[in-house]
Amino acid sequence: ILSYPRHPVLKKRDDFEDVLEERRRSSDLRYALRCYTPTLYKGLVPCKVSMLKSIVLQSDHLQCVIKQVSSESGDSTECVAEEASLILDEMAHRMQLSTVRFFVFTLSKAFKRLFRSVCVNEEGIQRLQQAVQEHPVVLLPSHRSYMDFLMMSYLLYMFDLPLPVIAAGMDFMSMKFIGEMLRMSGAFFIRRSFGGDKLYWAVFSEYVKTMLRKGYAPIEFFLEGTRSRTCKSLTPKTGLLNIVMEPFFKGELFDVSLVPVSISYERVLEESLYARELLGVPKPKESTSGLLKARRVLSEDYGSMHVYFGHPVSVRSLAEGKIKRSQYNLLPRYIPQKPSVDTHEFLNDAAFRLVRIQEENMVLKPWVLIATLLLQNPDGMDLSSLTEQTDWLRHLALAFGAFLDWPDHEACSEVISCSLALHRRLLSVSAGHVQLSVTDAPQVETTPEEAVFQRAVVVLSCASYRNQILHVFLRPALLAVAMQSANSSRKDDIYNCFNFLRNMFSNEFILCPGDSVQDFEEACYLLMKRGVLQVLEHEIVMSASGQSTLAFLCSVLEPFLQGYQVVCRYLCEETNENLTEKEFIPAVRSFCFVSLSSDLQKNALAALLRLKAVRKVKV
Amino acid sequence: MLLQNSTCRASEGQEIMKWNGWGYSDSRFLFNKKGQAEFTGKRYRLSGLILPSLKDWFEGTFGANLQHRSPATPSLNLSAVAPPHLNQPFVEDLKAAGLSVSHDPEDRVFRAHGHCLHEVFALREGRIGRVPDVVVWPSCHNDVEKIVELACKHNVCLIPYGGGTSVSSALECPREETRSIVSLDTSQMNRILWIDEKNLTAHVEAGIIGQDLERQLNERGYCTGHEPDSMEFSSLGGWVATRASGMKKNIYGNIEDLVVHIKMVTPRGVIEKSCLGPRMSTGPDIHHFILGSEGTLGVVTEVTLKIRPIPEYQKYGSVVFPNFQQGVACLREVARQRCAPASIRLMDNEQFQFGHALKPQVSSIFTSFLDGLKKFYITKFKGFDPHHLCVATLLFEGDRGKVLQHEKQVYDIAAKFGGLAAGEDNGQRGYMLTFVIAYLRDLGMDYYVIGESFETSVPWDRVLDLCRNVKERIVRECKERGVQFPPLSTCRVTQTYDAGACVYFYFAFNYRGLSDPVHIYEQVEHAAREEILANGGSLSHHHGVGKLRKEWMKESVSGVGLGMLKSVKEYVDPQNIFGNGNLL
Repeated sequence: ILSYPRHPVLKKRDDFEDVLEERRRSSDLRYALRCYTPTLYKGLVPCKVSMLKSIVLQSDHLQCVIKQVSSESGDSTECVAEEASLILDEMAHRMQLSTVRFFVFTLSKAFKRLFRSVCVNEEGIQRLQQAVQEHPVVLLPSHRSYMDFLMMSYLLYMFDLPLPVIAAGMDFMSMKFIGEMLRMSGAFFIRRSFGGDKLYWAVFSEYVKTMLRKGYAPIEFFLEGTRSRTCKSLTPKTGLLNIVMEPFFKGELFDVSLVPVSISYERVLEESLYARELLGVPKPKESTSGLLKARRVLSEDYGSMHVYFGHPVSVRSLAEGKIKRSQYNLLPRYIPQKPSVDTHEFLNDAAFRLVRIQEENMVLKPWVLIATLLLQNPDGMDLSSLTEQTDWLRHLALAFGAFLDWPDHEACSEVISCSLALHRRLLSVSAGHVQLSVTDAPQVETTPEEAVFQRAVVVLSCASYRNQILHVFLRPALLAVAMQSANSSRKDDIYNCFNFLRNMFSNEFILCPGDSVQDFEEACYLLMKRGVLQVLEHEIVMSASGQSTLAFLCSVLEPFLQGYQVVCRYLCEETNENLTEKEFIPAVRSFCFVSLSSDLQKNALAALLRLKAVRKVKV
Repeated sequence: MLLQNSTCRASEGQEIMKWNGWGYSDSRFLFNKKGQAEFTGKRYRLSGLILPSLKDWFEGTFGANLQHRSPATPSLNLSAVAPPHLNQPFVEDLKAAGLSVSHDPEDRVFRAHGHCLHEVFALREGRIGRVPDVVVWPSCHNDVEKIVELACKHNVCLIPYGGGTSVSSALECPREETRSIVSLDTSQMNRILWIDEKNLTAHVEAGIIGQDLERQLNERGYCTGHEPDSMEFSSLGGWVATRASGMKKNIYGNIEDLVVHIKMVTPRGVIEKSCLGPRMSTGPDIHHFILGSEGTLGVVTEVTLKIRPIPEYQKYGSVVFPNFQQGVACLREVARQRCAPASIRLMDNEQFQFGHALKPQVSSIFTSFLDGLKKFYITKFKGFDPHHLCVATLLFEGDRGKVLQHEKQVYDIAAKFGGLAAGEDNGQRGYMLTFVIAYLRDLGMDYYVIGESFETSVPWDRVLDLCRNVKERIVRECKERGVQFPPLSTCRVTQTYDAGACVYFYFAFNYRGLSDPVHIYEQVEHAAREEILANGGSLSHHHGVGKLRKEWMKESVSGVGLGMLKSVKEYVDPQNIFGNGNLL
């Protein structure tokens, strides 16, 4: 199910439909108050929010952990149970249809102002409607914006699907009023870190599992754990995935459907906020007043938004032949068990594949192509050559299987000028010359540092668009760089080089662990089909016409190669013996200021640690 | 005194039994000219009765149609049976020893199979695979010793045969066997040798058939109380060899609890204990090498069994539950309180409806009025959903006062789980179902419907999950394999233990339009077994392993466990004389 077709290009995708169209024509209030009768899970055990809580607290699993914790800490079981109850109060959602209706009303208004259109694949919705009835469903949207989960619930309401309960970070809770509103529309809150807290983990996992087992509502969470500030998918986390799969592993559910959802924005609301964050300006704390201040975003045009509901993935088929469920036979099922090595590997692999599906179903706008080109030409481009190259890139991207939303029947130049207009804040156009720049009127006394900072904000904002298409070019680009640096046309040498690069970048990009050979073959296939390479039995030879494609692909990876080089140089030249992790990012940033996002630095360090080039010493 | 030449003495049993289906030739289900189902013969409570609802149930459940028939080959085509591969010196020696021997094709075919679906299906189509080359009928322990000695001397393969009711491919001749295969039929060793009323034991030859044993003991005022569903045809030796379980094990125990002493002839000699002490601490119990050995080590010849006085009073009963979950919870509570009646079984909704389809035509308006009233009370007044409710059948035994007291206790527990007493009749019908179900399979096979049952045992906390998952797996596998109409996939909890329960599944489907139905059937059953194991169920509760479930043995008992069994086999039977290939 999750194995990729060898010919990714042939992948068929559903058509989209704009769901705002209808909203622009009829009353939002009446819509928000309309009769909502969601399709239900066939095995649903109806259960009130308050009931849910007592089921969780009475569960064998939680009772068992309460006893454990009590005997370890010396506190009475009543005391620990009380603590568990408080944790659950802090965590639990209190879904209320009236609050949802309120959100539906306000969001209708907001979405219409923010977006030109919100496009959804209705076939995906139909598949979801089917899936929801058969097995408990887990929704796995990509995470680029706070908008994501609002939009998800909004759409599910719209299509008469059961409203999801959403795992949200505790940060929202600090937004007094909004936090509670979100709670009443189905969000439940989890602390960012609770590593060793057994009781917390038990309450949390039992809460999620209980809802899943009862078929209470679809569970929604973000595999990536947090919003990606770079628009590049983040390395997935497996904790929650394990929790939702365990009821299947232990036979409590026949199956669980995982539904990857790809949410793509033509313009992300948090665009420049992210760039600043990556450059070290701390993320503004979530607060209601902050939100009110952010109202000004409502006055801008964020283009269109696409939500693609992927094919439901059955956990049962995913685990077939990989998970031996009988490993759970010898221990009562309520006793918590750490996932075995095999299970862990399986979870990791599944998580990567699910994120890959998210990536593949992300809709790419023409601007993504333009941004890619503009970043490769820091001095700007003539409009005519930009048009020409964008068109060329468009065909390359399509050949590599990109899900490109290119308007039909429109001249290329038309499409480009539309894109440029929408993103005018990031560029300057004068006399037919397009260049990335700061268009905000330069303040009177900008220091040189501030100017550099401003520029870096633009570059990183722009990069976040380029990043959206990286997954399309990634494998061929790795091959292109490998060919360049291998200094040999022997397939083995190139593969070794490819493998090294892939390994090096596996914190940076979504590269399924263990898929090295498959990725290599895919890259060869794509480039061969494009006429760039000839792949012989033991050799890979570049075709004469392939030069420009290879050059382009190499420059796609160039900024990352450079960034990693900077990190390595810094570590070699500068570092004193006792560099702490905290100091690392500001230190690298001051070492080489320009175009280095903290994301890349973290990834590079993680890769170096993983490859054992750098050692971490606990102090 | 036995006859020497013996097709006729091949035993009275064979004459009155079907050669290609279950049970007695005179007893079968059929749809008469009016399209009504009836059960022929005179042997059963249902015999000679019309079953008016069976047709609708049958057509509705399987999407079958009485117009679409798939009749069996009427009689055995003798030319399809390969000529026997005789070990002449062995046969001579047998005859010289005065043993009755046959290589008549009918005798050989009759002993070449059990009652797995694929075995019966092949017979119905007239396909005959490898069959034993010779059948030999020992009449006592000494005969068996002689036969085994000769088999070792001439290196032939012996396959013990008792009642022939195996459902694990245990009787199938291994394809790779090149030696002459001899079926050792124990049916003539069928005497009760003595009864010891002081110790309440009986010493019985192992070839005796369950119902004969019980009847003969009853005549003396006793019973063993061991009543597996196959007891009309299965033998004492077979029970020992497969670790059989009886319906009333809650009072009398399973076969391993019933045996006091076993005598088995192996190629190494006779294995038995030296006394009839009720329990021993003499190392691992050697009985447990024999129990469940499935004919791979030797032939069980004589068994000393516990017996009990016939109970003064017997009473059936039944309880209706609003759903299966409640029913299981009730059974669990009954087991917790250790107050299970002689038998307690919980049928799921599908099986409840199945049971209803077997209701005979009611004789009076009054009964039908009463039935209607009952139905109204349960579904309308009590609000039970007819598509969810399920029924537990009960059998109480003992002295009258205690039975009534016991009955009250169980009904009180049931009431706590929403159970309503639903009468003796329903209970009795539930038990009857188990005796006629195998006959019903033959009816199904006349109309493109094939099916089978299989069982497992599982801890209490996993019963519900296992039942749901296995049933759903069956439905899903059928769909994926192109079975046109959803299958019948149903289960019941048939035994309760302190730590778990035995669950029994029925699975059947309409195979019209499928080119290789048996293969599909086997794939689905295989998947269902995988699902059972993945959900914490055992490989088998009482059917045994045979050749059908061999592939999972190592997983089930660990490599070391399997090695232990193998080394026992190695010591006891180094020549692999008992080469039926079961278990290991």
